[in-house]
Amino acid sequence: MTEEEKEKQFQQRIDAGEKIEPRDWMPEAYKQTLFRQISQHAHSEIIGMQPEGNWLLRAPSLRAKKILLAKIQDEAGHGLYLYSAAETFGIDRTEMIAMLHSGKAKYSSIFNYPTLTWADMGAIGWLVDGAAIVNQTMLAKCSYVLYSRAMIRICKEEGFHQRQGYEIIAKMMNGTTAQRNMAQDSLNRWWEPSLMMFGPHDSESTHSKDSMKWKIKVESNDTLRQRFIDRTVEQAHHIGLTIPDKNLKYNKTTMHWETSEINWDEFWSVVKGNGPCNYQRISHHIHYHNEGKWVRDCATAFEKSREKENSSISI
Amino acid sequence: MKNDNQFPQWEVFIQTKNGGPFEHQGSLHAADKKMALQNARDLYTRRNEGRSIWVVPTECIAATTADDAADFFDPANDKIYRTPNFYKMPQGTKNL
Repeated sequence: MTEEEKEKQFQQRIDAGEKIEPRDWMPEAYKQTLFRQISQHAHSEIIGMQPEGNWLLRAPSLRAKKILLAKIQDEAGHGLYLYSAAETFGIDRTEMIAMLHSGKAKYSSIFNYPTLTWADMGAIGWLVDGAAIVNQTMLAKCSYVLYSRAMIRICKEEGFHQRQGYEIIAKMMNGTTAQRNMAQDSLNRWWEPSLMMFGPHDSESTHSKDSMKWKIKVESNDTLRQRFIDRTVEQAHHIGLTIPDKNLKYNKTTMHWETSEINWDEFWSVVKGNGPCNYQRISHHIHYHNEGKWVRDCATAFEKSREKENSSISI
Repeated sequence: MKNDNQFPQWEVFIQTKNGGPFEHQGSLHAADKKMALQNARDLYTRRNEGRSIWVVPTECIAATTADDAADFFDPANDKIYRTPNFYKMPQGTKNL
C-alpha cells in the first residue's frame, strides 16, 4: 500500500468513528500533532502544581490543607497518565522533560500567573479547572485511545477540583467585606486568563483544522469557550460576584453571554515567555528535577544489586 | 540530562472487585517491582478503585495491530457453528 492509500484508509477509519491504538499505522502529522498536544497537556499538569503548592503551608485550616494536597496529588497523577500516553509516540520521558526545560515544549500559559491570595486557590479550582473540564470532556472523545482514556479518568477525578474551588469562593463571599473583596479581586485577575485557556479564535488557530479532521478534537476553541462563559457567568452571579467586563451582556436570541474581545497581545506575550512567572516556573522545575537525580540513581542501583528477587512481594 | 534516568516502563492491571477480571489501566515508570506496585497504587487507586494489582514490564507485552487484524483473526470468520444459534432445534423444544 502506498502512503496515500494508507492515509485514505486511516481517514476512513476516523470518519467511521473508529479509535486509533498506539500500534496502528497513523500519518506522521497526526502523530506530531498528538505528541505536541499531549506532552504540552502533561507539562501543564506538572507545572500547574506550583501555583497551588505556593499556598499549601498557608492553608487556613487542616481541612483546606488536606483538600489542596489531594488536588495537587491528582495533578501529579494526571501529568503521569499523559506522559505515558505521549511516550507511545516513541519519545521518552527524559526527552520530554528536556524539551520542557529548553522551552521547546510549552505548557498552559495560565500557570504563568502568580497566586497572590488564598482566594486564588478558589479561583484556580473554579475557573482554571472549570475551563479544563470543558476542554477535557470534549477530548475524552478523541480518536487516539490513550488520550481519550486518560481524559475520561482525569474528568472523573477533576469533578472535585472545581467544586472545592467554588466552595472556597462562595465561603469568602459569605464572609467579611475584606473576604468578599479578596474573592472579587481574584476573579478580576483570573477571568481573562481563563478565557485564554481555550486558545486563539478558530480563524487564527493553526492546528484546529487538522485536529478536527482527525477527530483529535471534536469541538472548536470558540464553541468550548462560549460554553465555559455561559456556565461561569451564572455561577459568579449566583454568589454575588461581578464579571470584570463592562461589555458583558446576555443575548436573548442566541441565549449566550457576550463578552469583550480578549487581549490577544497579552496572550501571545505570555506564550512567548514574558508572563509574570514563566522564568520562576521553569527554573523551579529544573532545580528540583536535578536535585532528585541521586534518588533515581540510587533506586536503579538498588534494583541492579538484587535482580534475582522473588516475584511475590509483601509490602 | 542525557544520562537522566527515568526508570523502565510498566503496564498496570487492576482488579476492581473480588472475582472480577484484571483490566489494563495504563502505564508508569518504576525502578523495580515493589516500586511499580506502590506507584500503581498511588497513581491508579487513589479513590479505592482496586483490590489487587498486577504490574508487567512493558517490554514483555506482545500485541497484534489493527493492520494485521484481518489476517490474524481470519480463522474464526467461517466457524459460525461455534455459536449456539447455528443449530436448528425441533419446534417446541424447551430448556435448550
